[in-house]
Amino acid sequence: MNIHEYQAKQLFLHYAIPAPDGKQAASPEGAEQVAKELGGESWVVKAQVHAGGRGKVGGVKLAKSPAEVAGFSRDMLGKRLVTKQTGAEGLPINSVLIEKTYPIKRELYLSVLVDRGSQRIIFIASAAGGMDIETVAHETPEQIITVPVHPAAGLQGYQCRKVAYALGLKGAQIKALGKIMQGLYDLFLAKDASQIEINPLIETDSGELMALDAKINFDDNAVEAHPDIRAMKDPAQEDEKENKAQQFGLNYITLEGNIGCMVNGAGLAMATMDLVKLKGGQPANFLDVGGGTSVEKVCEAFKLILSDHSVKAVLVNIFGGIVQCDIIAAGILAAVEQVHVAVPVVVRLEGTNAEQGRALLSNTGLNLYAADDLAHAAEQVVALAKEAA
Amino acid sequence: MSILIDKDTKVICQGFTGKQGTFHSQQALDYGTKLVGGVTPERGGETHLGLPVFNTVQDAVNDTGATASVIYVPPFYAADAILEAVDAGIQLIVCITEGIPILQMLRVKAAMAGTGALLIGPNCPGVITPGACKIGIMPGHIHRPGSIGIVSRSGTLTYESVHQTTAQGLGQSTCVGIGGDPIHGMNFVDVLSRFQADDQTKGIVMVGEIGGGEEEDAAEYIKAHVTKPVVAYIAGQTAPPGKRMGHAGAIVTGGKGTAEGKVAALKAAGIEVVSSPTDIGVAMKRCL
Repeated sequence: MNIHEYQAKQLFLHYAIPAPDGKQAASPEGAEQVAKELGGESWVVKAQVHAGGRGKVGGVKLAKSPAEVAGFSRDMLGKRLVTKQTGAEGLPINSVLIEKTYPIKRELYLSVLVDRGSQRIIFIASAAGGMDIETVAHETPEQIITVPVHPAAGLQGYQCRKVAYALGLKGAQIKALGKIMQGLYDLFLAKDASQIEINPLIETDSGELMALDAKINFDDNAVEAHPDIRAMKDPAQEDEKENKAQQFGLNYITLEGNIGCMVNGAGLAMATMDLVKLKGGQPANFLDVGGGTSVEKVCEAFKLILSDHSVKAVLVNIFGGIVQCDIIAAGILAAVEQVHVAVPVVVRLEGTNAEQGRALLSNTGLNLYAADDLAHAAEQVVALAKEAA
Repeated sequence: MSILIDKDTKVICQGFTGKQGTFHSQQALDYGTKLVGGVTPERGGETHLGLPVFNTVQDAVNDTGATASVIYVPPFYAADAILEAVDAGIQLIVCITEGIPILQMLRVKAAMAGTGALLIGPNCPGVITPGACKIGIMPGHIHRPGSIGIVSRSGTLTYESVHQTTAQGLGQSTCVGIGGDPIHGMNFVDVLSRFQADDQTKGIVMVGEIGGGEEEDAAEYIKAHVTKPVVAYIAGQTAPPGKRMGHAGAIVTGGKGTAEGKVAALKAAGIEVVSSPTDIGVAMKRCL
């Protein structure tokens, strides 16, 4: 789960991680008011969307007066911001963050995440802040320092000093960085984060360290245990169909093709998408109906696929283990009764109760094609989608 | 011989009296697994599915001599269940539970270091030696005793591989679902090394997916240590970066863990990589 930058900075405040003075606003008037309250001579207006790369596309503006703050906010609010990390549709800007400005001496990078390889929480730091860290890692790996933390020992002082010296910090800054890292580590553990990134962490002209940007992701498996984090969820920043799928306990991800896929199991769902592509088609979605599924769940899944109007044909691929194929078939029929199905549907059922499932789907007078072989099913659905397109 | 489990393996079930535990324990019993009891706190002394229920794993081990345990408890209780099994001296722990917070698994793995206990999963279908012992949620009837070892991060793709190797008349020695979570127990290399040492296993199917670097590690290991033919398939070639594809571990981040990278590493190690999931069985037969 993602949250907005302003929410991340509110969490930083609780963990004594310094960030610029600022406040979010949802209207130009509110933004102007915030600027006046903050005082100073210039302000940054930052569009609040769940994506990076905002600066390059006009999502971050420097204002020289409260009136200008209002003007920039008016330009942004209610619009959609398209960055290299959003799709072509972009994300809605429903609020802006107004912050005081600080004279920047250097831009650093600091993040903390779970590293799968070492099975540790690790800190990643670099003196090359403000840039895409993957680019830095790729082009100048010597500029990256990583520190793994043992879960029993926790973060140690020497680890913070190691990072501080590598970043070229001096004197009081060493302790300041230690406090920031400890705050990040505590926040990470307390709220079940999966990644916290500060890019850039700035050093001001007066030597202060400050999180100019803030990005936090949380472990979806743990969010249930944190009502305060769950309350920060902004559905407007997420795909409508993906949100709806979540309510029904379905794993759904929107893609750009025209062949809808309904599959049981995450691995098989990925493999089915790959197979569609291999046969010359483009999958419209990833959809895992999961184990222990019901007629209702299958029905909702099917309706979800059909709600995407670019879908020209649907491929249902079920390997019934615990999932029973006849339940899947009944779910498809229930969905067909509830919504008009204009597109052809190719169904491959294998495993538990496959024959009963196939029998249910045959002779229905519907646009259904039963396939007993997965490769043929994929070829068939690609051909049907091409015919319809 | 098979790997990890055989017809004499004594198994207990944690979360025995729950809905999942009950359903899959009955399936295991029907398959012929030597399930000898189960654990549900506060239900000790009862009988469930004709077997004794214990309050603690230690009680169950003392009474039954079980060496393996399968866990069907909800995600927020699973770390506790795994560590209870470790503490009681269980040698093989199979955790089916999906949705365990990653930080809990991080602590579990650190706590398990040096204990010698083996963990399969979490978020996995389990492990089966066809005709002898089934621990987990896989449909038993698709398996046949045979010569192919299967190791996979995905449940349904394990079934797909089983189905195809059965259809080719090869059958399976042991099938291990190592699970779809980013932090988990046994990895590809742990299982591959056992297949290499196992006489019954003549060929190996390895099913990977996007995310992490374990397929790359496996490629290096196979090149150096595995003499048996290996057929690999990697799922997620069309997955968009930054999206979690159902499994918590199936995500491409920062350009790492891509299907192309894994396929390239496996091919560079001389491994037969099929581009279609429907070619696994045929390719295995051809490579033997």
